[in-house]
Amino acid sequence: MSLLSLKQMKTDIGQYHVLHDVTLELPEGGVFVLLGRNGAGKTTTLRSIMGLWQPSPGSVTFRGQDIAGMHTSDIARLGIAYVPENMGIFGGLTVEENLVLATKAGKFDQTRLNRIYELFPAMEKFWTKQAWSLSGGQKQMLAVSRAIIEPRDLILIDEPTKGLAPSIIHAMGEAFREISVDTTILLVEQNFNFAKSLGRDMAVIDDGRVVHAGTMTDFIANQELQDSLLGLSA
Amino acid sequence: MTNISDLVTRAGGVFLLPVAVAIVAFFLIGVPSSWLTLTIAGLAMGMMIFLMASGLSLVFGLMDVLNFGHSAFVSFGAFVAASVLAWLSGWLGSPSVILNSLALILAIAAAVVFGLGAGWFFERVIVKPVYHDHLRQILITMGALIVAEQMILAIWGGAPVSVPRPHFLEGSIIIGDASVEIYRIFAFCLGAAVYVALHVLLNRTRIGLLIRAGVENREMVEALGFRIDRLFIGVFMLGSGLAAMGGAMWAGYETLITPALGAEMMIIVFIVVIIGGLGSIQGTLLGAIMVGLFANYVGFLAPKMALASNMILMMVILLWRPSGLAPAVK
Ligand SMILES: Nc1ncnc2c1ncn2[C@@H]1O[C@H](COP(=O)(O)OP(=O)(O)O)[C@@H](O)[C@H]1O
Ligand SMILES: [Mg+2]
Repeated sequence: MSLLSLKQMKTDIGQYHVLHDVTLELPEGGVFVLLGRNGAGKTTTLRSIMGLWQPSPGSVTFRGQDIAGMHTSDIARLGIAYVPENMGIFGGLTVEENLVLATKAGKFDQTRLNRIYELFPAMEKFWTKQAWSLSGGQKQMLAVSRAIIEPRDLILIDEPTKGLAPSIIHAMGEAFREISVDTTILLVEQNFNFAKSLGRDMAVIDDGRVVHAGTMTDFIANQELQDSLLGLSA
Repeated sequence: MTNISDLVTRAGGVFLLPVAVAIVAFFLIGVPSSWLTLTIAGLAMGMMIFLMASGLSLVFGLMDVLNFGHSAFVSFGAFVAASVLAWLSGWLGSPSVILNSLALILAIAAAVVFGLGAGWFFERVIVKPVYHDHLRQILITMGALIVAEQMILAIWGGAPVSVPRPHFLEGSIIIGDASVEIYRIFAFCLGAAVYVALHVLLNRTRIGLLIRAGVENREMVEALGFRIDRLFIGVFMLGSGLAAMGGAMWAGYETLITPALGAEMMIIVFIVVIIGGLGSIQGTLLGAIMVGLFANYVGFLAPKMALASNMILMMVILLWRPSGLAPAVK
C-alpha cells in the first residue's frame, strides 16, 4: 500500500481552477521528486495535501485514511510535516523557540536533537539567535530541523535549494538522504541536478495535471522527455 | 566610529520616544511641578489605555480580525464596575483600607468576569462568522458597538453616572511642589503589573509561544499541528477582560461616565494600536504611553489642540514608520 495517494485531485483557489488532475502514488520511504515549470501547480499540490487549500473530496489518502477536508492541524498530527517555499520560520522567535514549538510535549527529546546537530552542526551555534537574523541557508536548515524534531512519516518540502549557496545545497542533499532512510520525503524542486541525485520515484506536473510519473533512472535516461516536460532550462 | 542612530538603537530605540517627549515637554512647560503632575497623569492614562488596547492588538495580530466593537468591553467594564462600587458605597466610604480594597477588587473583578463572558459571546456569535472578511468585520463589529451603547443606555440610562472612588485612593500626595493624585499612581501600578503579567505569559509560557508564532504566521502554526482558532478564542476573551478592566479603572479616573464612553475610547484605542504597531504588546504599551503623555502635555500647553493632537501624533508616526513603532515581526 502506498503511503500517500492522490487521486484526480482538483483544487480551486477562489474562482480559479488551479489543479485539474493530480494523481500520484507515493511509496513509503525514500525521496519522491515532484518536478514542473514555474506556475505548474507544485506548491498548490503540497498545500492541498496539507489542507491549506481545499482539495476535491476523497482525493487525498494517507495510510489508507481519507484526509481531504481535514483540518490542517489534524493532518499535521497524523505525521505529516510541511516545509513551505518561504520556509515559514518565525522570525520573532529564537531558533530554540522555533524548534520547541514544533515538539508535541513542549520539550526536546535529546536523541532527536542530537540527530539534528549531526545533520546540521551549525544549528547548535545559532541556537539562541532570533530567527530573522539568520541567513537564507541557516533558515532552511532550521525549517528542515523543525520538520524532523518529532518523528514524522512524511515531509513535504517545497523548493528548498532556491537561492542557496552550492555548499549549503550539498549539505541539504546529504541531510535529505539521511532523513529519507526512515521518513518519506515529497520534494518539490526546480533544480533538476539536485533532484536527480536524490529521487527514486518522480513525477512531473504541468498546468495542474500530472503529465508523467515513473522512476528517476528512467527519466534521467530520457533526454527527450526531459526537454519536452521541463523546458530547455532543465 | 559609533553614530548616533546606533547609540539610540542600543539604548532602546523607539522605546526612548516617551522619554524624549517628556524632556521636550519639560522645557516647553517650564514649571517642574506642573510637568511632574502632567507626566504622572499621562503615564496613568497611558497605562489605562494600554489595558484597553492590548487585547485589540493581539486579536488583530493573531487572526487579522478588525474589531471595531472592542471598546464596548471598555464601556461595559466601566458601567459594571460603577454599579458594583455604588452598591458597595458603604465599604468605600469606610476608613478601613481592607473594606475599601475589597470593594475595589470586587468591582474590577466583576468588570473582568463580565468582559471575559461578553468576549466569549462576542467571538462566537459576531466575529466567528466573519473570519477572513475585513469589510464584514468592520460593519458587524461597528454595529455591535452601537448595539452595546444602546444596551447601556437602556440599562443605566442616558444621564452621566457618577462613580464613587474608594476612600484610600482619594486625594493626592505632594512631591515637592507637585501634587499627584493617588488614584493615578494606583492606575499606573495596576497597568504596569498587567503588562508584566502579559509579558511573562507571552515570553515564558508555551501558550505565549504559540500566540507569538501565530501572530507571525498562522498557517505555519497550524501546519505544526495546533488549532489557532481554539487559541484565538482564549486570546479574544483575555483581551475583552483586560479592556473591561481598563474601563473599570477609567470609570474611577473620570468619576463621571456616559454611554458615549465606548465610541470615544474606540478612536483612542485604535490610534494607540496603529501607532504601536499591530500584534505586539510592547508596541501597544509604547503607543499608549505616547498618547497618554501627549494628551496631557498638549492639553496643558495648547488646550484647543488637545483633541487633534493624537490624530497628528498618529499621522506623523505613520509617515515615519508606516507599520507603527514596534510591530510584531511578520
Ligand atoms: N493564492 C492564489 N490565488 C490565485 N492563483 C494562485 C494562487 N496561488 C497560486 N495560484 C496560481 O496557481 C497556479 C499554480 O501555482 P503554484 O502551485 O504556486 O505553482 P508552482 O509551485 O508549480 O510554481 C499558478 O498559475 C498561480 O498563478
Ligand atoms: Mg511553488
